[in-house]
Amino acid sequence: MDELPARLASDLDGSFEDLVRGHQDLVFGVALRVVRDSGRAEDVAQEAFVRAYRALKKYPRQRIRELRPRPWLARIAINLARNDVRRVRSYDDLAAVGDRAAAPNEGPAGLAERRDERNMWSRLLAELPPRYGLAVALRHVDGLSYDELSQTLDRPLGSVKSDVHRGVALLRAAYDAEQRRIAETEAAS
Amino acid sequence: MNDSRLIASGLRNLRRPAPPSLAPRVFEQLGLTDAYVEVEGPIGPLFVAFGLRGISLVERAGPGHDAGDFEEQFRATFGRPVRRVARAPQLIERVIEARVWGHRRPDKSVPVDLHQLPEFEQQVLRKVLEIPRGEVRPYAWVAAEVGRPLAVRAVGNAVARNPIPFVIPCHRVVRSDGRIGQYGAGGPQAKRAVLEAEGMDTDEMERLPAKGVRFIGSDTTHIYCYPSCRNARRVTPAHRVTFRSTDDSRHAGYRPCHVCRPVDAPFRAA
Repeated sequence: MDELPARLASDLDGSFEDLVRGHQDLVFGVALRVVRDSGRAEDVAQEAFVRAYRALKKYPRQRIRELRPRPWLARIAINLARNDVRRVRSYDDLAAVGDRAAAPNEGPAGLAERRDERNMWSRLLAELPPRYGLAVALRHVDGLSYDELSQTLDRPLGSVKSDVHRGVALLRAAYDAEQRRIAETEAAS
Repeated sequence: MNDSRLIASGLRNLRRPAPPSLAPRVFEQLGLTDAYVEVEGPIGPLFVAFGLRGISLVERAGPGHDAGDFEEQFRATFGRPVRRVARAPQLIERVIEARVWGHRRPDKSVPVDLHQLPEFEQQVLRKVLEIPRGEVRPYAWVAAEVGRPLAVRAVGNAVARNPIPFVIPCHRVVRSDGRIGQYGAGGPQAKRAVLEAEGMDTDEMERLPAKGVRFIGSDTTHIYCYPSCRNARRVTPAHRVTFRSTDDSRHAGYRPCHVCRPVDAPFRAA
């Protein structure tokens, strides 16, 4: 896909489909990270690609050729997703991520759910402080490189790296605590 | 597994693919649904149009048929405009490479947009897609395969109206008597040229049935095939036997090939 920016620069209408097909999982994933609802994430992702297309229509060719599609699209998606969350809820978007998923879910059903791998990781991730949670998710769930992450979040490389490391450390601590809790619950029953 | 690997794989599993409806919604909203390219074909340039459902129209480009004519044709067929682009999306490009040029193995599923055609024509054209490069099958074979063995003439009409020639290889459908048959994309001469370009020996193709040979068998396997079937071409001359009909073959103790599934024509003329 290395030559994609060059193709976008010379034939936007002909190559835009490749841009969409090659990046839809990323754009959808990034949107999902913030809005946490797949229907709304799809709306956000659609809007992100539409904005991207209109922006590319206006950009000079040189600028398109130098474009790095992944962080560029991820940034459009994340900004739209934040707007979307802001519109739907009056309080801060990323705090909402933590609040909603952190609702305690006890009882036998809650325990079964906690044992479920996917649910567990998604909940542990959501319980992280927003700043770290988003950085960890973009790095390890959506697979952005540190370089791309720094561009996506528009923050210095060192700062996003340290957020990811700090986030992973917190996640590890939460995971250990979780394992201990499960062991204790099982021992008690 | 150590902790960081565990965490990394746990998080990777949270990745979810975009819903299949996302890309079509984007293209629809931007009006990017229909486009066409000009590409080189086996006997001269082609216009290839494609949309969300796949390739929708193919026509030969040439002095009598320029881009304007093609755009006009597209609008008349589908009732909407089509934009010219320099290069097709990779998915479409791969299909052109495989189906038109034979530069790669064709995929099982081919994105062709036939939804506007009657059900029977769709069945016929999807069946024609299965005929391998460098081989031919009679109209009667297509009719038998789609479960309407007597509908040879209807098959002929459906094949003649193929909106996606070259990609759907209607040139590989010939008459049971070995004659090359009609061709919508330029007549019998063009059909012969396309088959030759694919490595078919069209003289041989016509010569065998003229001598009464419809099928070729191997006396080691006791299997009979259409002459152009890849299994028939593997039979060495010493083991090659010829048959006039499936009855002949059966009486001789031969069974039909599972690859080319040979059948008789229901009528003499077919």
